[in-house]
Parts: sequence; C-alpha cells; structure tokens
Amino acid sequence: MTCSRRDFMKQSLGALAAATPACAVVLLTQEDARAAVGDSKVRWAFLVDTEKCVGCGLCVSACKTENETPYDAPVTRTWVERYVVTKDGETHIDSPLGGRDGFIDDKIRDQTIEPDDIAKAFFVPKLCNQCENPPCVQVCPVGATYQTNDGVVLVDRTWCIGCGYCIMACPYGVRFFHPVHKTAEKCNFCYHRITQGMEPACVQACPFEARKLGDLRDPEDPVTKVISNERVAVLKDEYGTKPHVFYLGLDEKVR
Amino acid sequence: MYKHVLRPLWVALAVIAVVLVARQFMVPADFGVHGKTFTYGFYRLGNVEEWKAFPVKYQGQSRCAKCHTENSAEIAGSKHANIECENCHGPGVNHPKQVKKLPINGSRDLCLRCHQFLPYPGSLRSELPGIDGAKHMRRSECRKCHNPHHPDLEDM
Repeated sequence: MTCSRRDFMKQSLGALAAATPACAVVLLTQEDARAAVGDSKVRWAFLVDTEKCVGCGLCVSACKTENETPYDAPVTRTWVERYVVTKDGETHIDSPLGGRDGFIDDKIRDQTIEPDDIAKAFFVPKLCNQCENPPCVQVCPVGATYQTNDGVVLVDRTWCIGCGYCIMACPYGVRFFHPVHKTAEKCNFCYHRITQGMEPACVQACPFEARKLGDLRDPEDPVTKVISNERVAVLKDEYGTKPHVFYLGLDEKVR
Repeated sequence: MYKHVLRPLWVALAVIAVVLVARQFMVPADFGVHGKTFTYGFYRLGNVEEWKAFPVKYQGQSRCAKCHTENSAEIAGSKHANIECENCHGPGVNHPKQVKKLPINGSRDLCLRCHQFLPYPGSLRSELPGIDGAKHMRRSECRKCHNPHHPDLEDM
C-alpha cells in the first residue's frame, strides 16, 4: 500500500474534522474570555495622601457605623495612627480607639511632648490593602475568605469557622474577630457601596480628600493617574503581598 | 487475609463514603474555584451578592441637598463645604420615612477633632484654625457662638 504525502495530509485533516464535534469550537468574545480566566474590568485600588490627613478620625467613625462594627468595641476596619518624631530621634505612636474620636489631646500614651522637641508629626490612615497575593486568603482552611475578580478580599460570614488563622497571617494587622458575628472581619472597601457606584464610607466622610478609591484598569481614573505618574509607596513591600493601598508622602518611620 | 485486619478497612471506607455523600448535600452548589486560582478563588459565589446587598447607611451630601436646599447652599459657600452633612447629623438611612429627625452631634469634641490645635510641624493639622480645647470657653458648645454651616470668624 502506498500513500503519497498529499493523500496522507488530506485524509488526516478529513479524519480530524470528522472527529471534532461542532460544539467543541466556541468563539469567545473578549468579555467571555476574560470571565473564563476570572478577569474583571475593574481592579480597585486605594490612595491615601498622608500629607492631607489631619487626624480628625471622621473616616473611622463613619466606617464603624456603615459597616456595623460595634461602636464601642476596641476593633475597627480602618484606623488612624499618629506619629510624633522628636528631635532626639524617638518615634511616639498612638491610635486611641483607632482614632475613632480623633486626636483632641497633645498627650501621647499619657506622655506630654514639648512642642519645641517635635521634629515632625503626622497622621497615617490604615485599612485593608486588598493585596494581590493575600496571605490571609492562603491560610483559610475552609475557603471562607477569598479574592473577588475585582481584587477585593471578602469574608464569607456563613462559612467562616472563626479559627483566626487569617488574623495571624495578615502582616498589616487589618483583620480582627467580629464580636457579634464571631467570624473574621476586615475592610472590604465598602464593597456594597463601590459596586453600586458610591464611594466607600471613609472616603465620603473625609473632608480633606486624604482618602480616595480608584480603578486601576481605567487609565483615565484620577487615582490611577496619581499611582502611575507620581511617587507612591506601599506598606511592607518586602513581604511580596502586592498591596493595593498606595500612600503619598509615606514616612520611613511608618510600619 | 485475617478478618480483623480487613474490618478497620471496611469501617474506613464506610466513613469516607458517608463523608462524600454528606458533602454532596451540605456543600452549596456554587462553592468552588471561581477566581484565577484555587489559592485565592476557592469560595461560595453567592457570598459576593450577599455582600453587595449589605445595607448602605451614609447617603451623601447630594441626597441631603435635594430637600435641605437652604442649609446646603449656605454650607456650600463656606469653608466647611467639604464636610459631609452626615458627619455631624448622622447617617441618613431611612430618613425621612422611618427616621423623622436625625440626631445632631453638636458636641465640642466633634469640632475639636480638627480645631484642637496640635503643634505638628509639616502637618496640615497645625495650619487649621485651632484652639486649646482645655482653655477656650470650656463649658459651652462651640455652636453657641460659631455657626457650623458658616464658620466665618468675621461674620460672627
């Protein structure tokens, strides 16, 4: 039996075409293809301008009310830290009640610092970094915490068993145990607000525009423009978590 | 092989079978890998919608302005224009239907959040008009003299 190269190719292609059912070929639109690999049109990112923060703490009280975090419990999804660096090189840090009631006293941990001794002082708001590689999600043994396609890390309250691994895993100390639901709790950029076009409660409450939310996939977004064109920093970059809360004017004393 | 060797094996297999059957009924159908990877995207899909349905409390200045035109016009022309109504008046959820009147926080401590002077070089806080809360008119609320909607010292 002889078979020319041409015949061989013809017959192979014919057999292949016959063996492939029509349903095996699907033409994906760009959106379908994105959805199939879990990609989204949006990637939320946060921008904190520490130069603008005055430590009023209105963001913290708004967050607690909006997200039903018990107001008097010593836990909060976002908080504001005060840093006072004295001329002798010492750093004094405090955050009474997470800055819920602002900073209306110049005493830090019952210690009065003379104005003349202060080299620099500033306020740093903190919240969940919605990391690209969230260590808190990796350690969850039951799949109760996860990253949505738009980059926000959520906690499934009905699924969480309250083991606390994620609370230990977060290098930023953002997670805590919810005193009422008895599950892990964290900032989720006010997911219920941002998914319907509103700002997070803390962003809305800030009178100084020190906190902003943006979409990294939109090159025209003012926040995206700042993050890509200006000098921004993230917290604990060395952990490789790829945080998505970016800071303007971040001091090296901030941990 | 001896029976006593095989018996634990049957028990183990039965336990595994029970677990697998129970799993079919107890794990919701939408639980699985939904994101890019198993590591970050192994979850119950329905929970995303649950979070989206979480009730919104703070409505925003623009909603207040729809009815309270006079107050919102006054504050819009003042130095307090950037302060959300709900920062002092409380969240406007269910207002005015269920919650007829919103509580007003007129406490000194609310004003002092910004206006307690702190001697912090390089911080915007030290540039705001500030007082020493322990000395300035200690016993009265700020709003007795100052109009929070129009906080101009010259127009007092």
